[in-house]
Amino acid sequence: MDKILEVKDLVVGYKGKNGFVRAVDGVSFDINKGETICIVGESGSGKSVTSMSIMRLVEFENGKILNGEISFKGESLTTKKADEMRKIRGSKISMIFQEPLTALNPVFTIGKQISEAILFHHKIGKEEAWKEAEKLVRLVGISDPEGRLKQYPHELSGGMRQRVMIAMALASEPELLIADEPTTALDVTIEAQILELLRNLREEKKMSIMLITHDIGVAAEMANRIIIMYAGKIMEIANTLDIFEQPLHPYTKGLLESVPKMDGQRGVPLKSINGSIPSLNEIPDGCRFSPRCPFATEKCHQEAPAMETRGDRQVACWHVDYLLEHSLLDVEEEGEISIES
Amino acid sequence: MNHSQEETSAATKEPLLKIENLKKHFSIKGGGMFNSKRKIVKAVDDVSFHIYKGETLGLVGESGCGKSTLGRNILRLQEPTEGRVFYKNTNILEQNNRELRKLRKEMQIIYQDPFGSLNPRFTIGQIIGEMYEIHGIASGLEKEAKVKEMLELVGLDPSRYHSYPHEFSGGQRQRVGIARALALNPEFVVADEPVSALDVSVQSQVINLLMKLKKELGLTMLFIAHGLNVVRHISDRVGVMYLGKLVELSETDNIFDHPAHPYTAALLSTVPEADPKLRKVRIVLKGEVPSPANPPSGCRFRTRCPLATELCVQEAPSLKEIRDEHFVACHFPLEKGQSLKEAIELLNKEKIAN
Ligand SMILES: Nc1ncnc2c1ncn2[C@@H]1O[C@H](COP(=O)(O)OP(=O)(O)OP(=O)(O)O)[C@@H](O)[C@H]1O
Ligand SMILES: Nc1ncnc2c1ncn2[C@@H]1O[C@H](COP(=O)(O)OP(=O)(O)OP(=O)(O)O)[C@@H](O)[C@H]1O
Ligand code: SF4
Ligand code: SF4
Ligand SMILES: [Mg+2]
Ligand SMILES: [Mg+2]
Repeated sequence: MDKILEVKDLVVGYKGKNGFVRAVDGVSFDINKGETICIVGESGSGKSVTSMSIMRLVEFENGKILNGEISFKGESLTTKKADEMRKIRGSKISMIFQEPLTALNPVFTIGKQISEAILFHHKIGKEEAWKEAEKLVRLVGISDPEGRLKQYPHELSGGMRQRVMIAMALASEPELLIADEPTTALDVTIEAQILELLRNLREEKKMSIMLITHDIGVAAEMANRIIIMYAGKIMEIANTLDIFEQPLHPYTKGLLESVPKMDGQRGVPLKSINGSIPSLNEIPDGCRFSPRCPFATEKCHQEAPAMETRGDRQVACWHVDYLLEHSLLDVEEEGEISIES
Repeated sequence: MNHSQEETSAATKEPLLKIENLKKHFSIKGGGMFNSKRKIVKAVDDVSFHIYKGETLGLVGESGCGKSTLGRNILRLQEPTEGRVFYKNTNILEQNNRELRKLRKEMQIIYQDPFGSLNPRFTIGQIIGEMYEIHGIASGLEKEAKVKEMLELVGLDPSRYHSYPHEFSGGQRQRVGIARALALNPEFVVADEPVSALDVSVQSQVINLLMKLKKELGLTMLFIAHGLNVVRHISDRVGVMYLGKLVELSETDNIFDHPAHPYTAALLSTVPEADPKLRKVRIVLKGEVPSPANPPSGCRFRTRCPLATELCVQEAPSLKEIRDEHFVACHFPLEKGQSLKEAIELLNKEKIAN
């Protein structure tokens, strides 16, 4: 298959008091043409930083790509000059940002912002661009596009702002769309409509999508493959069905279990993974997940597991075999686990 | 006896807030590139309901239907066009600035867009600490300790006291907003999509935190969210909005098991399941959401409602109690005993018949 994006050993740091802290620490994955991959992981695990690195936007926030290689259709993005990057951003690769207000300019109308994005890539007249903008706004499910185009970002609801941003990202017909939590502000009906739109673009235009989401339901519906990220590292990569059928990593298992179920008991505390994600300057030794992992052994606390390939899946955990045969329940019952390693 | 019911109905039947005929209309520019006639957007249009002391009232509805506007106007963070909001029997809308400032301590909001609501020039220590200073509750080291305690409570590392908002991830910023809103132990909180930007594990931590505050401190909450499973989990009652109107309001189980409004029934059919094998048929509503600047005559849902008749075109249904504590604005509400599934089938059948 055609690889459109390849990320290899990416390390991204932010300058802190004692040198760089690594928000992304050795991440490798690729995306095929027409494929949708979803990145899932807890808040602060480095999903947005990964996407901002591909767009080379981390530099604007005191961040730095410390190591690794990002290539788009075989061309390195890491070595591109600022002005070359600007041409790629928002044309061949576009991004839907996590927080709409960061990306929309408060002093210009929606119409102006979208039509500018169109004019940047198409040689057409202003009026025509305005018409195109209308079409796009309608496509993302906003009624009365003519009226809406004349409004300012603050006059729209949260969900509308998010959809305006989606319209803007699609204006250039990108080959790779990076969508960072694109539907968080949307209700289910409109979310369904947007996901449908993205699926169509994937089919018709062979657009590749890197979708960042914390909604496992959305990932289930959209992804060809899912990447599970934790504290700056990838824990597991697999086809969507495989992930749900048989998660190989304890973290993946934990994530799947903390989703509130539509038929679950109300009012009782939700299941959640014990503890919380470590802050960047307190990354534990050994496996990063070990302080929270019910399967952790001495070895886990000492040595970090490397990414290992199993069939068409990849996983970084010492005890995959044990996990395959035991459920979390066994561990809770026995109180501890004994594994020979 | 349902155990969870007992736990969640710590709520009394004493209203903490009474919202009466609340309206918020915006005047905007008209459509077309050159047309500059102004139009009125009826973002919230004559909404009345009570929020009981100690309850969590969930509020759902499509994007743009007026949820945030309703929340902001109840707190008078925006001046309503018309109506009354009674908080402990005083009409908030008639209070002067000084009186209002006192109330602000008791009534807080968690904003939908955390980035837009946090001042980028201040550290989060200053942003949250300000709450204690404005109300003369703590300063200096005591303030710092309190702020750090709040940070811990929402699952943030207290050592990030001196960090600026842009140095956080999206979900972390959302939690800063939550910490700020809860800092003063408010009595009433409007939580506008407080967990939609959060991943499931932090989401469950925050929901558990909110449920704990409710149980231990009697926190009353208007919980705006589009995640129906989350709303179901946390709410005692649920209100459903459509295009500026409250169309259904009842106890959570009633809403989810016996929805009476066709819109609610359709909405419930669209919940994505966290398991690809359970993907189900969705009732995707026909037609687009009408513009709030130009809503349909009669029932606002009629252009998309599979049960609509001539009466719905002529006459707007008002919110009525059709069953015990079950309020619906529809001429032809679905019957009780009709399960959600049956309700959906009925909708489908009517669709084919038309
Ligand atoms: N400009 C910055 N300076 C310092 N640290 C930063 C900066 N931007 C991000 N970080 C840190 O990097 C880590 C990863 O952040 P990132 O935004 O990638 O998380 P995320 O996975 O997208 O989380 P969320 O789901 O909450 O959006 C976080 O701990 C965050 O605090
Ligand atoms: N300041 C404003 N000026 C003009 N129109 C506004 C303003 N604020 C809100 N509106 C309009 O009021 C309507 C309701 O918006 P609101 O933000 O309350 O929706 P919402 O239900 O919170 O939606 P979402 O789920 O997308 O956040 C929308 O049509 C919006 O464009
Ligand atoms: S390596 Fe050990 S600690 Fe890490 S996930 Fe696997 S079992 Fe858990
Ligand atoms: S009043 Fe008529 S159009 Fe409105 S929801 Fe009821 S049946 Fe549908
Ligand atoms: Mg993020
Ligand atoms: Mg809103």
